Parts: sequence; structure tokens; C-alpha cells
Amino acid sequence: MDVLFQNVRELVERAEQEGKLISEIMIEQEIAITGRSREEIMKQMDRNLTVMEEAVERGLQGVQSVTGLTGGDAVLLQKYIASGKSLAGDLLLDAVSKAVATNEVNAAMGTICATPTAGSAGVVPGTLFAIQHKLNPTREQMINFLFTSGAFGFVVANNASISGAAGGCQAEVGSAAGMAAAAIVEMAGGTPQQCAEGFAITLKNMLGLVCDPVAGLVEVPCVKRNAMGASNAIVAADMALAGITSRIPCDEVIGAMYRIGESMNPDLKETARGGLAATPTGKALAAKIFGGAVVQGQ
Amino acid sequence: MKFTSVFDIIGPVMIGPSSSHTAGAARIGRVARDLFGRQPKWAKIYLYGSFAETYRGHGTDVAIVGGLLDYDTYDERIKTAFEDAEKADLSFEFIPEEAHKEHPNTTRIVMGDDEGEMSVEGISIGGGKIEISEVNGFKLRLTGGMPAILVVHDDRAGCIANVANCLAMHNVNIGHMEVSRIERGLTALMVIEVDQNIEDRVLQQISYIPHITKVSRINN
Ligand code: SF4
Repeated sequence: MDVLFQNVRELVERAEQEGKLISEIMIEQEIAITGRSREEIMKQMDRNLTVMEEAVERGLQGVQSVTGLTGGDAVLLQKYIASGKSLAGDLLLDAVSKAVATNEVNAAMGTICATPTAGSAGVVPGTLFAIQHKLNPTREQMINFLFTSGAFGFVVANNASISGAAGGCQAEVGSAAGMAAAAIVEMAGGTPQQCAEGFAITLKNMLGLVCDPVAGLVEVPCVKRNAMGASNAIVAADMALAGITSRIPCDEVIGAMYRIGESMNPDLKETARGGLAATPTGKALAAKIFGGAVVQGQ
Repeated sequence: MKFTSVFDIIGPVMIGPSSSHTAGAARIGRVARDLFGRQPKWAKIYLYGSFAETYRGHGTDVAIVGGLLDYDTYDERIKTAFEDAEKADLSFEFIPEEAHKEHPNTTRIVMGDDEGEMSVEGISIGGGKIEISEVNGFKLRLTGGMPAILVVHDDRAGCIANVANCLAMHNVNIGHMEVSRIERGLTALMVIEVDQNIEDRVLQQISYIPHITKVSRINN
């Protein structure tokens, strides 16, 4: 198997030496590994992008999950933005709202594209569809956004983990946020090295985040974690584009994330035994959902 | 390398809420149906670990039944799989087990119809990726990182060589291969781990080989 990069350093070096975008290196690697044509690969990513667009659209119309634990927050945020009173700024809140929209649709058993997992599926599309209005990218640039995210996710998945059960939420939403930051930097015209800085700055600030879903469901705190993941990504991207670098290189941050995940107590890794899941309210909600009148997953 | 494609990261397209508990569950159901070779008339679905504890909230139940109806991870019909099963004459029962399996997200599907029965045990290892750990009580050792082909065939000389030849013709490299007998002298199961995802036409050609009864794949 021809692997073009094993870590972020190799990915950035290759892109800079060949004067290519990170997304382009990812596409070339996909061609090399799978033997599929560029056209086929672009088409599949185009389809994934469409799924993401449809999910956000649906979430912004308002959805409720089967359990009633989540839903409706994306709409609340959009209304708040429209009121003109937002403190954080419209773009940032738009990204947050669209990230929430995706996760609300996910919790309601709607169709989403896992990025890198279903629980963390909101961050990448949320940020993409918000900065879209500022940067006016072409369809191809939007597809490339997903390849750049994928390139960083690929490194994390193979060198650390993208699963909450294995590494806590830092591995899921943390990775997703880092991936989004890197892709935002590329779309905004930053260098490959700046993409890596954006990733590193984001992940550094999500290290240690535990996976503690109430009742074991991908709802609480997952939806709001995606919200904060999206805002974290945009701020870190801005920092990288401003020329700020991470003192700890990107690959070492990923290594730290892996080791933190390894030493994390199993109660805090998707078992619903610790953290928010083990709070009095978390336990009461779990009892209510699974105890008496059970809502069938339909 | 566990993850080989960018679509392992940006994907799969799926019905929520969980890549492991919903998408993975649907995939196990679908591979089970593929291995059985047709839609079963009944299914007993045993759930272990986290699957047993949280299957209702995650839609693991509708996802597995959807898989048995041949729905893919992104098929909206997963949501109505229970009603669809009734229409398709498939009766099913969920049995959450206390016992612990090696992996928290495990299910064993025992299914059948007037002509036969089969049991398939699968585990969902994360991000929608799955492994098949047992077929009719035979343990399989799939690493899960690689795509795999599962071939049910008559227990006859030459079958294995023919399948290997067919893969060689399509330039598919075999990483690991195992054969177990499901019923001695009657049926056997070949499990072949390969380096790249398998295209439809390769599967189709394998299915044309004499004495091959069922072919299924797990792409990664
Ligand atoms: S808390 Fe756990 S289940 Fe929820 S998004 Fe984070 S990693 Fe996924």
C-alpha cells in the first residue's frame, strides 16, 4: 500500500514541497490506496457534502429526538442571530447553530454523514456552511474542505483514536474540531503549516475531554459539545491565520491526546458510568428513558 | 494501518444516532442476511454489553432488522423497519443478555426459514466498522482493519483454489484466509481478508464459480 503520509509532519512537508493543498494530497493518497479514479472519489465526497447540507437544512427547521432529550436548539440560535443581539458574532453563532442542527438530526435518527463519527458529525459541516457565506467558495473548494478535514482525521485515527469508547470525547469532538480548524485555514488561504497549527491549537484545548453521555445516548452532552467544538475550531483557525503557532508540534499534541485517552478511567469512555451520566439528573433521565414507558426507536 | 480510506473518516452516510450502535448494527444485520443468502422468515437477536443496555435509545433494534431486510446504513427505511418486517413476513425477537462478551457491542443473530437456520455473531468496533466473530458457532478471526470476503460453499475439492484464482485475476491481494466447515462434507465457509475494498463485479464473478452458494463482503 502506498501511503503518502503517516503523520501531520509528512503531510505538511509533502504539500509544501509539491506546492499543493492538503486536500490534494489526501485525494492523491485515496487514489493510490484504493485504485479508484479521481472522478469517482470526488463524486462520493460530493454526495457526502449533499447529505451534510440536507441534514443542516432539516435541523434548522426544528427536530426532536425520540427520547425528547434534544432538539430545537438550532432554531433558537437562528432566531437569536436574527434578533441582531448576538455578542459572539453572527458567523460564529451560525456555525454553532449548524453544528447543533446536524447533531439534532442525528439524535432524531435522521440521515447524517459521520465526521469522523456520528456523535461528532456536527462540527465539520457546521463550520463549513457558516464560513461559506463569508468566503464564497466554489463547490469544488467545499468538497476539498472535506478532504482536508479527512486528511487530519486520517492521521488521528491511525496514530491515536477517533472513538469515544477508546479515547474519550477529546478523540471524537476534539478530533472533529481540529479537522475543521485545519480545513477552515486552507479555505481561507492559509498555508499547509498554518492548517497544522490550527489543528494543534484546537486539539490542545480539547485535551482531556471525557465521554460521558447520559443514558449512553448520543444526545447529552454530545449536541452541545459539537457546538463548542465548532466555535473552538473557528477561533483556532483565526489564530493560526493571524500567524500564531503552537509551541507543541501537531503530531505531539495528537500523541498526548492518545496517551491521555489511554490513562482515562473507563467510566469516562462511553460507558455512561461517570461524568455527566453519573450526575443525579443524568441518572434520573436514564431511569426515565429506559425504566418505565420505553419509546421504541422508530 | 486500521483506517485506509478518507471515507472511513468522512463517512459513512448513515441514519443516526450512533455510528457504532446504529450504522454498525445495520451492517451486521445485512452481512448476516447476505451469509444466509436470502431474507430469513424469523430471527432471534441476542444483544450483549452496551448493545443490550442501550439498544432502544440508539435504534440498534430497528437497524439490525433493517439490515436483515437488506437496508444499507443510510436507508431512511431503517426507521420503519419493524413495520416493513411484518409486511415482508419476517418475525423477530430481541433478547438482551446479561452475559459479557469480549467486546461491549456484540450481537448474535439466529435466523432461519423452512429450509434452514444460521447463526451469525458480529461486533461493532466503532465509526460504523464491524467484524464478524462467529458463524454457526465457528469462531472467525478477522482483524477488522481490512476488508473481507465471506464465501459459503460446498465442502468440495477445488473451491478454495478457484476463489483464490478469481481474486488473483482481479489483482486482489489476500492478506489472511481461513476455512471452516459449517456442516462437514456439506458446507464450508471461507473468510478472506484482502488489501482493498472489493467491487461488485468481483463478488459477482465469485458467485458464478461452481459450488459457491453465498458471497458477502465487509468493506472498510
Ligand atoms: S460525549 Fe461521547 S458519545 Fe458524545 S460526542 Fe463525545 S465522544 Fe461521542
